[in-house]
Amino acid sequence: MSEELFTNLAIFVLSLLVGFEVMSKIPATLQTPMMSGANAIHGVVVVGAFVIAAEANSWVFYILAFFGAVFAAINVAGGYTVTDRMLGMFDRKPKAKSEGDDSK
Amino acid sequence: MSTLQTIASLIYLISAVCYVLGVHMMRSPKTARKGNGLSAIGMFMAVIMIIIEVVADGKITATGWIVLIAGLAVGLSYGVIKARKVPMTDVPQLVSLFNAVGGGAAAVIGIFDYLMKGDGVALSLAFSIPVFLDVIIGGITFSGSLIATGKLSGKVPGKPITFPGAKIVNIIVVLGMLVAAWFMLATPTNIWFVVLGLAMALIFGLLMTLPIGGADMPVVVSLLNAFTGLAVAFAGFVINNQVLIIAGALVGAAGTILTLQMAEAMNRSVANILAGGFGTGDSDSGSAGPDVPVDVKETSADDIGLQLAYAQNVMIVPGYGLAAAQAQHEVAELATVLTEKGINVNYAIHPVAGRMPGHMNVLLADVNVPYDQMKQLDDANPMFESTDVSLVIGANDVTNPLARESGNEISGMPILDVDKSKSVVVIKRSMSTGYAGIQNPLFSLDNTQMFFSDAKVGLQDIVAATKQYLDD
Repeated sequence: MSEELFTNLAIFVLSLLVGFEVMSKIPATLQTPMMSGANAIHGVVVVGAFVIAAEANSWVFYILAFFGAVFAAINVAGGYTVTDRMLGMFDRKPKAKSEGDDSK
Repeated sequence: MSTLQTIASLIYLISAVCYVLGVHMMRSPKTARKGNGLSAIGMFMAVIMIIIEVVADGKITATGWIVLIAGLAVGLSYGVIKARKVPMTDVPQLVSLFNAVGGGAAAVIGIFDYLMKGDGVALSLAFSIPVFLDVIIGGITFSGSLIATGKLSGKVPGKPITFPGAKIVNIIVVLGMLVAAWFMLATPTNIWFVVLGLAMALIFGLLMTLPIGGADMPVVVSLLNAFTGLAVAFAGFVINNQVLIIAGALVGAAGTILTLQMAEAMNRSVANILAGGFGTGDSDSGSAGPDVPVDVKETSADDIGLQLAYAQNVMIVPGYGLAAAQAQHEVAELATVLTEKGINVNYAIHPVAGRMPGHMNVLLADVNVPYDQMKQLDDANPMFESTDVSLVIGANDVTNPLARESGNEISGMPILDVDKSKSVVVIKRSMSTGYAGIQNPLFSLDNTQMFFSDAKVGLQDIVAATKQYLDD
């Protein structure tokens, strides 16, 4: 096993453990926003979309890179935006401001 | 390691820390929004860093830039516009859609790197195993989440879809995946091997999700979300990028715990849900309930208005029917009318009320229901004793007293003790059973009255009636 692979494997396993630990019991109120927030985090796949686009050199790879970029960008941009919108509703806000929010 | 690589590694490490702390902060309502913001900052840093790396590396072609920027622009605008415009009732299917494309992107990365190796090249297992897992899991979440999106939005029927010979097809697909695994892991590269693997994964995703009822979709979406995390982590192995591995594994693990909690709140096991074919899915699909004549008292909007106008403590119990009818504005209006006259109004929210755990809170918060009026199960139950009128809107199983007894489908499920209040009014479209498919004795109690109506229309009538009595 190469050193690189071993490092990656160790990081993978430890990150899994961190994931199990950091979740523990969360109130039901926050389960949907939490799922959406976690969904946004795996939008980090957009970094991978950059990596493959940088290597693309023929039409098959350009097409793949394009779809990778579209998919990843939807995931990351949409994910954070909708999570923020959901959580924003829990902030107690004056009515006037909320009406402004609805109009956009 | 060059200076740039060192800086990049440090930046990715910091962004990974942001995700972990972000998830940690999202466990509490007070810090949840900041947590999501922190995680977004981490994401922004990672994106800036990869841009710098790609520019400094200089290998990207002009066409590569065009493809990348065009793809990002399309995805970014689509994602942000969708996320801004979506009505709060439709959020679950949007999250599922975002999850589908995340899995799709991970699968694309795996396919790309596999094909990049060229034709007829022998691969090391250190490369081929992550590529295989990335493509398979990414493919399953892509098609599975799209079906889940369709089921949640009603474009795909919510009821479990099965067909004769489904078991045999399942076995063939699993065998197909094993064959693909053999070819991808143990033989030199060939484009058709990865195509086979992807096709089997996509079909498996469909077969896995179609037989599951609409009411179980939240748990499935959450499970597929965890799957996507793992697919992204394997994509990280493929391109040797550690921020993908950390973030992907984090979501994979956290998503699994979240899935278990959701299933627990619904009194279902994940295995049971995946087995599918139990119950009918949507609680308002109607025909499923056995036609047992139950002795119930019917009431009218006018009578409910009178009861509410002379009550002191009112408890609103919203359920799936309210979310499905999008009646959250009407219920908030009713509460406002009552509160203005000094009547105490609270909402008793079961953990799985709505379309997803916690979704009801989001719907009510959207129509400016004060946070302190939303009582969670443990806080709400002691309040029913002193409640004059409990208004159950489109909820069924979560109020079923049978849960306290043993030997039925919902035994042991935590319920709202609605039957302890002085009077119960149930707004429901018909006598059909809820998701669990069993009768609810609450409906035939002496202190219970039924009002058969769509939640939205019924509430409008009740608001009008209540106003009339309050103004007298």
